[in-house]
Amino acid sequence: MLEQIDLSTVNWARAQFALTAMYHWIFVPLTLGLTFLCAFFETIYVKTGKEEWKQLTRFWMKLFGINFAIGVATGIILEFEFGTNWANYSWMVGDIFGAPLAIEGILAFFLEATFFAVMFFGWNRVSKGFHLFSTWMVAIGSNLSALWILVANGWMQFPTGMAFNPDTARFEMQNFFDVIFSPYAISKFTHATTSGFALSSFFIIAVSSYYLAKKRHVLMAKRSIAVAALFGLISSLLLAFTGDEAAFIDARHQPMKLAAMEGLWNGETRAPIVAFGLINGMKEPGDYNEPFVFAFKIPGLLSLLANRQADSFVPGINDLVFGNKEQGIVGAAEKIEKGRLAVKYLAEYKNAQKSGDLTGASTALSQFNKYRDYLGYGHLAQPKDAVPPVPLTFYSFHIMAAVGSAMILVFFLYLVFIARGTIEKNTWLYPVGIVFFILAFMAGEAGWVVAEVGRQPWAIQDLLPVTVARTDIPSSNVKLTFFMFLVTFTLLLVAEIRIMLKQIKIGPKEVN
Amino acid sequence: MFGNLPITTLQELWWILASVVGSLFLFLTFVQGGQTLLWQLGKNETEKSLIINSIGRKWELTFTTLVLFGGALFAAFPKFYATSFGGAYWVWIAILFTFVIQAVSFEYRKKPDNLFGSKVYEAFLFVNGAVGILLIGAAVGTFFTGANFILNEYNLVKWTTPLRGLEAAGNFFNLSLGLFLVFNSRVLGALYLLNNIDFAGMDDFKGRMRDAVLSNFLAALPFLLVVLVSLLTMKGLDVDPASGHVQMVSFKYLKNLVALPHVLAILLVGLGLVIYAVYSARFQENDRGIWPAGLGTVLVGLAVFFTAGFNHTPFYPSLADPQSSLTIYNASSSHYTLTAMTYVALLIPVVLAYIAYVWHQMDKKKLEASEVEGAEASESY
Ligand code: HDD
Ligand code: HEM
Ligand code: HEM
Repeated sequence: MLEQIDLSTVNWARAQFALTAMYHWIFVPLTLGLTFLCAFFETIYVKTGKEEWKQLTRFWMKLFGINFAIGVATGIILEFEFGTNWANYSWMVGDIFGAPLAIEGILAFFLEATFFAVMFFGWNRVSKGFHLFSTWMVAIGSNLSALWILVANGWMQFPTGMAFNPDTARFEMQNFFDVIFSPYAISKFTHATTSGFALSSFFIIAVSSYYLAKKRHVLMAKRSIAVAALFGLISSLLLAFTGDEAAFIDARHQPMKLAAMEGLWNGETRAPIVAFGLINGMKEPGDYNEPFVFAFKIPGLLSLLANRQADSFVPGINDLVFGNKEQGIVGAAEKIEKGRLAVKYLAEYKNAQKSGDLTGASTALSQFNKYRDYLGYGHLAQPKDAVPPVPLTFYSFHIMAAVGSAMILVFFLYLVFIARGTIEKNTWLYPVGIVFFILAFMAGEAGWVVAEVGRQPWAIQDLLPVTVARTDIPSSNVKLTFFMFLVTFTLLLVAEIRIMLKQIKIGPKEVN
Repeated sequence: MFGNLPITTLQELWWILASVVGSLFLFLTFVQGGQTLLWQLGKNETEKSLIINSIGRKWELTFTTLVLFGGALFAAFPKFYATSFGGAYWVWIAILFTFVIQAVSFEYRKKPDNLFGSKVYEAFLFVNGAVGILLIGAAVGTFFTGANFILNEYNLVKWTTPLRGLEAAGNFFNLSLGLFLVFNSRVLGALYLLNNIDFAGMDDFKGRMRDAVLSNFLAALPFLLVVLVSLLTMKGLDVDPASGHVQMVSFKYLKNLVALPHVLAILLVGLGLVIYAVYSARFQENDRGIWPAGLGTVLVGLAVFFTAGFNHTPFYPSLADPQSSLTIYNASSSHYTLTAMTYVALLIPVVLAYIAYVWHQMDKKKLEASEVEGAEASESY
């Protein structure tokens, strides 16, 4: 099906997707949470009628607006990148994947775009109540856009509700509800949005802590912290809970990703979690190298996490590559053999059809049907290609989980000190809040690296490797666009940060 | 309900829906038109601010409509999405790029410490309005003039020119369509501003706006004539519905218009409305010309898309291999997906209704200079 694969096109396309998506994810989490926080602030304003809350709302909205513009700018590239860089993907799975993207446009982006204008320019043009309603609509709209794109992404991790059609040589949708209510869709949506809420809460806490340290806008800063710390605490608890759920689902449907996340090479019962460790980068499937240079392990915890049972078996990378008879695991090696048969019979079917050989076509098809589940594996060159980059996945996961656990405590401390009125005495907490804002960014990006790098080599898990998903285009083109976007987005990011810092320096309008 | 419709009906329905979204986008390019008029019509900071803030309250709507146009094509006609975006790589990248720089420009132009200075952001807006719209026109032009691709039996796209789509901008017809859209967007932009801004005490500014409506229309006219005359005389591909065989026939699009008289009627009414809007804005002191001109643009857009896609016409003809050409029947999603999407499309009227409501609420009072400068202007662009 692929005459020759230009690997450098594939790799540049991957790099470009990673670049644009990771830029998008700098701005999106702030949108997801700041819109809700602004809605909370404005609700308090409307309930109390106090002018200070209005100025406070307007200040955070202004910062949100600066962020929003660039979020939109990075999003449009992604939307079309499926076509430009992953043309074959777009055709092979467009039947299922295109729908959530279109629905996102109809149901989410227009909500945002329409009510955004009211939120910014409508203060003196519409009633108080309608303005508040608009702010809530922007919050709901932006989180709905997260919902639909994550339905699409969830489907890439766990393709369901579809079947391969040998006549069109593509995947076609069979059940829309399976796609939108898949466990991945739900887990991705809840985890990614709560991560945005937590991050945005830290944004507000960090900026407010800066004001407290400078003894400027003290009342406004304390009020902002009170709301943000509460929202952040609730969100971070949900975040940890949904993160645990995500790993549990990975154990069911993407065991290779889970094994890479924990650097587990040989499956075990009472499998441990590595609390921290240094990976041996030389290790390859099937060799006898030690997986870790050193590691501090907590026995049984991975089994508990993966299967909710401390003495259960968790397959390792080697089991998944070479198979494990005892545990009934079919390895990638065997799947590749079957997959190659599927590829072969599909080609025979196509040829027979072309030459009008009906009986030939139907025998080829029935042979194909025996192996069709392994079609994707037929495109892997060797069994170890089924293994994602282990160190990157491992470290990313551990950064995310560590930050996620620690942030709960930080939110808790802010909340306690605010409630007791002692926040100004505990000035040591201010830098912690600011550092955690940055750490939360890193955790979020790391989360996506786990999700996306841990899925390699698949664009669609088990069905479509990235090598097949790509566009047939000389790599020089993709390379050029990569640098074009790198330069543009970096310059725009620098502009954004400078504008943001300046506005923070100027600060909110104080009401006398 | 929709599941019982034959697939061809669903395919036609989705071509109509995509055409509606695309045509609404053409109307909403009044934002881009305003962007390119900024330097020409705004003689001082107040006037410039009025222009920017007037169209700036709508830019996201235009942008989102473009995104939806892409999304709808992806969902309903994935083979087109894969072939065109993957194949004509550079036109699409160039178009997208102009929208990236547009998106930040409204917000960042006037903000202190914005790295580039306001002139650069204004230049970004100009590039988006001029180059972006020109290339969109060229890309739509390929619906008639064709593109250089071959699809193999697995539908993988091979592009046969190294320019990867940019060659479209070298075609006289495509270029004319693009330039027509650029000048038309400027007509719409001037009409929109005329209606949206409170010109109290700025008669001179308003007069310039009225003149811009006419002068840009006159500039658009020759390109419109080229497009219309070429369209009526050019050859085109025709698909035999029984065998699926594709062949070149002369006067293809003229034949389409004759076979689809209602499309011809839509085209003529649309053109008439635009002409009426221009005339009444310039000579009858009518400030509300944006509505007839907008409706006219939508109708002309619909006629263009319908002529390209209906009556056994491939809407994406291949120059390299006519048999690879895409029709609304061979490029679409499955029956199941189109059905599911059609249920979702039932919500489109709701979306249009709240957009209209908010638009009315926000614009019933015209934009005053006091809102874009001075103390009350802290959130303005
Ligand atoms: C502030 C950011 C943040 C924090 C602190 C955490 N996460 Fe997370 N995580 C994300 C932000 C994130 C994310 C960016 O939102 C991801 C990427 C893909 C996704 O759906 O969410 C993600 C993905 C992700 C995945 C991969 C899901 C997949 O297979 O696609 C797992 C297993 C976890 N997370 C688990 C956790 C655990 C156990 C945490 C400990 C508390 C945790 N996350 C904290
Ligand atoms: C905005 C948050 C996201 C980030 C930060 C992110 C990050 C990444 C990264 C790092 C890669 C490169 C992986 C590799 O090639 O090794 C990648 C690839 C990819 N991602 Fe994401 N991703 C995000 C969201 C999504 C979503 C929502 C989708 C689909 C709806 C998606 C689809 C893809 C595709 C198609 C590729 C290229 C093929 C591949 O490498 O698998 N991504 N992404
Ligand atoms: C890789 C797949 C993705 C694509 C194709 C994509 C596409 C887009 C597009 C086209 C826009 C601009 C919409 C407009 O016209 O207003 C946008 C903005 C947005 N997207 Fe994404 N997006 C992706 C990933 C994500 C993810 C993973 C999330 C959240 C979980 C997300 C949430 C948002 C939000 C909230 C906005 C509003 C603008 C902002 O960033 O502030 N997107 N996206």
